Amino acid sequence: MQVLYLLIETIVKCGVVFACLMLSVAYLTWLERKVLGHIQIRFGPNRCGPFGLLQPFSDGIKAFFKEDLVPGRADKPVFVLAPMISIIAAISMFAVIPFGDRFTLPWTDYVVKLRIADIDIGLLYVFGVASLGEFGIVLGGWSSGNKYGLTGSLRAAAQMISYEVALGLSIVGVIILSQSLRLTEIVALQAGGFWNWNILYQPAAFVFFIICALAEINRTPFDMPESESELACGFNIEYSSMKFALFFMAEYAHMITVAAVAVTLFLGGWQAPLPQLDFIPGVFWFGAKLFVIIFFFIWQRGTFPRLRYDQIMKFGWKVLFELTLVNIFITALIVLLKG
Amino acid sequence: MAENLGVLFQWVIFLGMAFVSIVASLLVITRKNPIHSALFMVLALLCVAVLYVLLHSPFIAIIQVIVYAGAIVMLIIFVIMLLDLETELRSRLKIGYSKVIGGFVAVLFLFGIFYAVVAKSPTGQTGSYTTEKMAGNVKAVGEVLFTEYLLPFEIVAVLLVTAIIGAVILTKKRI
Repeated sequence: MQVLYLLIETIVKCGVVFACLMLSVAYLTWLERKVLGHIQIRFGPNRCGPFGLLQPFSDGIKAFFKEDLVPGRADKPVFVLAPMISIIAAISMFAVIPFGDRFTLPWTDYVVKLRIADIDIGLLYVFGVASLGEFGIVLGGWSSGNKYGLTGSLRAAAQMISYEVALGLSIVGVIILSQSLRLTEIVALQAGGFWNWNILYQPAAFVFFIICALAEINRTPFDMPESESELACGFNIEYSSMKFALFFMAEYAHMITVAAVAVTLFLGGWQAPLPQLDFIPGVFWFGAKLFVIIFFFIWQRGTFPRLRYDQIMKFGWKVLFELTLVNIFITALIVLLKG
Repeated sequence: MAENLGVLFQWVIFLGMAFVSIVASLLVITRKNPIHSALFMVLALLCVAVLYVLLHSPFIAIIQVIVYAGAIVMLIIFVIMLLDLETELRSRLKIGYSKVIGGFVAVLFLFGIFYAVVAKSPTGQTGSYTTEKMAGNVKAVGEVLFTEYLLPFEIVAVLLVTAIIGAVILTKKRI
């Protein structure tokens, strides 16, 4: 019976997390257009429903009914597979994120832990799946049989490999401090108020992580693979209809997951900022912190212009890589001296 | 009952993954389009990673995914994307002496693997690392790597740095 309960619990959790993630993705597109609109002194979407709140659904229905074009020169199986790889990787990354503590089912004493999988290699799993997700973008551009697409995917491959190195190194400081790769343990160590959060002990690592994360999810100022002004949308130039929507959803889902990892590693996960505020459920704190990070992602997109490609590569290898290494050495030295 | 169910599950996963990995490996060497080959290689590597998880070694499994399936195949695809595949796809199969020798060596290697599996019991010796100890997998691997195998570890690190510097010097005449 225990096995059956566990199975039902896992399936229900997967369903709920998937639904919440997809709903967040839908409203993230709305939020981004709204915030960018206000930054640029426009209104943003405001025709569908009050404040344009029905816009994501209108977009979804539109994408669904558009004609699905496959270019003649395309490599058809890979062309179809690429958006699927993107979205599957973006969603399955969320499996290890702890989004709350525990929750007792009402009228029973059955305790549900608010995370899907609590594995020993949680952090590495996130990076592994993220590196698989890159195949979606790279193959999507290549299989279109379009030179802009190919250029976009070449840039994507080079940029992601370069920034993955710095991204991996930037979190080693946190791993040294928490001595674990298990995300629940990293969160548990940051309990008891905001002065225990890793961001205060690893401020530089947090900045490096955010920069590398922006490059990893291809957002402005690092949106080289699809820089509209020079590559006419880059890797997804030939995609239309639902395939394009899948790429679009994957991009936003990836953004949420990266923000969730940042919250888990540096901002104390679902822990309350003050011990007195512990009575509010952890899910609320997790969502609030997630919102802050995501709002920052949107805000900086409206602020910074796109960088040049060679500048991005130079910055990744000649500045970020060294700085993250220095951060590891300093952290290790301090931990060693403290004993 | 739950115990039996677990064993059954493990067998189903093992057989499925083993089958898929063999089929994917065959497709790697028979596809004409090198990008398709690379993709099937990713599939084969992922299946092997699942086998590692079944063997209570999640660390090796995830490193396999990050390093091989993620980084190395990505580099391979990066190079293939720059090639002109049209001529490659149109060319017929040519049999040269290098392919004959290569095939011969491959068959010998296959027999070697068969012999190793059949002649000796594939179960290894019981070491100090039991399943319970391997639960903290990353810690166990790290401990052994930085105490018992520290020298080989350092030598590999120096080798990799040498390879990187060598590649830079080969491609850039003036630094």
